[in-house]
Amino acid sequence: MRILVDLNKCQLYAQCCFLAPDVFKLEGEEVLVYHPAPDETMRERVLRAAAACPVLAIVVEPVGADSSP
Amino acid sequence: MSAPCDVVIVGASLAGLRAAEALREGGYAGRLTLVGDEPHAPYDRPPLSKQVLSGWVRPQETFLPRLHPIAGAWRLGVAASGLDTAAQRVDLADGTALDYDRLIIATGTRARPWPVEAEAGLGGMHLLRTLDHAAALTAALEAKPSRVLVVGAGFTGSEVASACRDRGIEVTVVEQGSTPLAAVLGPVVGGHAAILQRRAGVDLRCGVSVTSLFGDVQGRVRGARLSDGNVVEADVVVACLGAVRNTEWLAGSGVQAGPAGVPCDAACRALSADGAPTDDIFVCGDVSHFHHPLAGERRIALEHWGNAINQARVAAANLLRPGSATNATALPAFWSMQFGANFKSVGLPSHGEQVMIVQGALETGRFVAAYGRGGRIVGAIAVNQAQWLPFYEQQILAGAAFPPDWRVVDQPQGATPQPAGFPGATPGAAYAGA
Repeated sequence: MRILVDLNKCQLYAQCCFLAPDVFKLEGEEVLVYHPAPDETMRERVLRAAAACPVLAIVVEPVGADSSP
Repeated sequence: MSAPCDVVIVGASLAGLRAAEALREGGYAGRLTLVGDEPHAPYDRPPLSKQVLSGWVRPQETFLPRLHPIAGAWRLGVAASGLDTAAQRVDLADGTALDYDRLIIATGTRARPWPVEAEAGLGGMHLLRTLDHAAALTAALEAKPSRVLVVGAGFTGSEVASACRDRGIEVTVVEQGSTPLAAVLGPVVGGHAAILQRRAGVDLRCGVSVTSLFGDVQGRVRGARLSDGNVVEADVVVACLGAVRNTEWLAGSGVQAGPAGVPCDAACRALSADGAPTDDIFVCGDVSHFHHPLAGERRIALEHWGNAINQARVAAANLLRPGSATNATALPAFWSMQFGANFKSVGLPSHGEQVMIVQGALETGRFVAAYGRGGRIVGAIAVNQAQWLPFYEQQILAGAAFPPDWRVVDQPQGATPQPAGFPGATPGAAYAGA
């Protein structure tokens, strides 16, 4: 699956790091790093993280999205 | 003018992709063609200098999420080579051509190449802008070089140096300016960036430049001679010299374009030779050169992720419904992560004449610096204080006074404005170096 975090919006509430720790990580006090292509088995956790983000900074590509070319 | 039914987008990165999606989302049902000079589907560049160099994310895992079906034709791996605005035709480097009735220019920038051609061809020389660059540099770092030399301490160079130290690789950074990030944030905040680099073990050399590179008989780089007479031995060199705008293909087209970018109005319309906006050609992303209320008379270019997205939406909206959107209200914003610190900016710090620490303290590594010009706040940078930035965004939008008269928590006692110290005080040029 493909995701991204809008790091202009992100204010380091770090809810995502608790809900999907294999995908979103805090490095240092305020450095959020994330995996832009997590395994499909992570979808449920990533969707929960996206829903929990107070500033709605996490974008998740929908299932079956047109990913051509 | 007739309704659009044949749209060509030149540039298949963030701005081009999001413009295509916005067109379809806006109800456009005609033909849509995306042209990209790289062979890859649109990918996200910010992770390249961070998660990819660290080895956590593979280069081909950076493809952008798709937010709306494009149902378009893709011409990837072929650059646009010319534009005929009278015939409404884009020429491609493979000799073919595409007719359009509306055109979106989103060709962005490329990494500024090493200026000496013979040295640029040495093995171990790297740039960092594209997915292929990131793949090559990551492989070079995995081979455990004895030392990496980073030339240029803007955001890309600083992030490369940070990734090297995270991997335990020795790294020397050579920067012409007085501090890292000086062109974008000025020497006050840049001084903090220098402390972060040295604390992480970077051999940071400011105020010097590389005069030449030298290699071995196999044609591999071995090191660099510096303007202060010193020599740095390194088996990997990363040239982080800023960006060059991809506008050469527009020469003689009738659309204004040059090294500063493609000028456009607040509706993202390209300008014809007489300065009048065109009604069939739009511009978005890093290649655009535009007026922003914060910058006054001077046009600026913003190599910002968020600007690419904003302008893509504005261009697509005006292409479908002329006059329906403006780019003039969005505030510039960017972020950078390096050496464990999160730098987040809003407004135009590089346009400031003065700078002042308004929350926290440089020594603690957690602070906000505000930038003022003409008695108003024009920009702010937060280091490990991201949650305060929306407040400063409001102050900038409101044209609040500088030095500030507001009261906030963690306000330093006795802080006063200092000269911002930007060389030449040209915001466009300063951003070009970022």
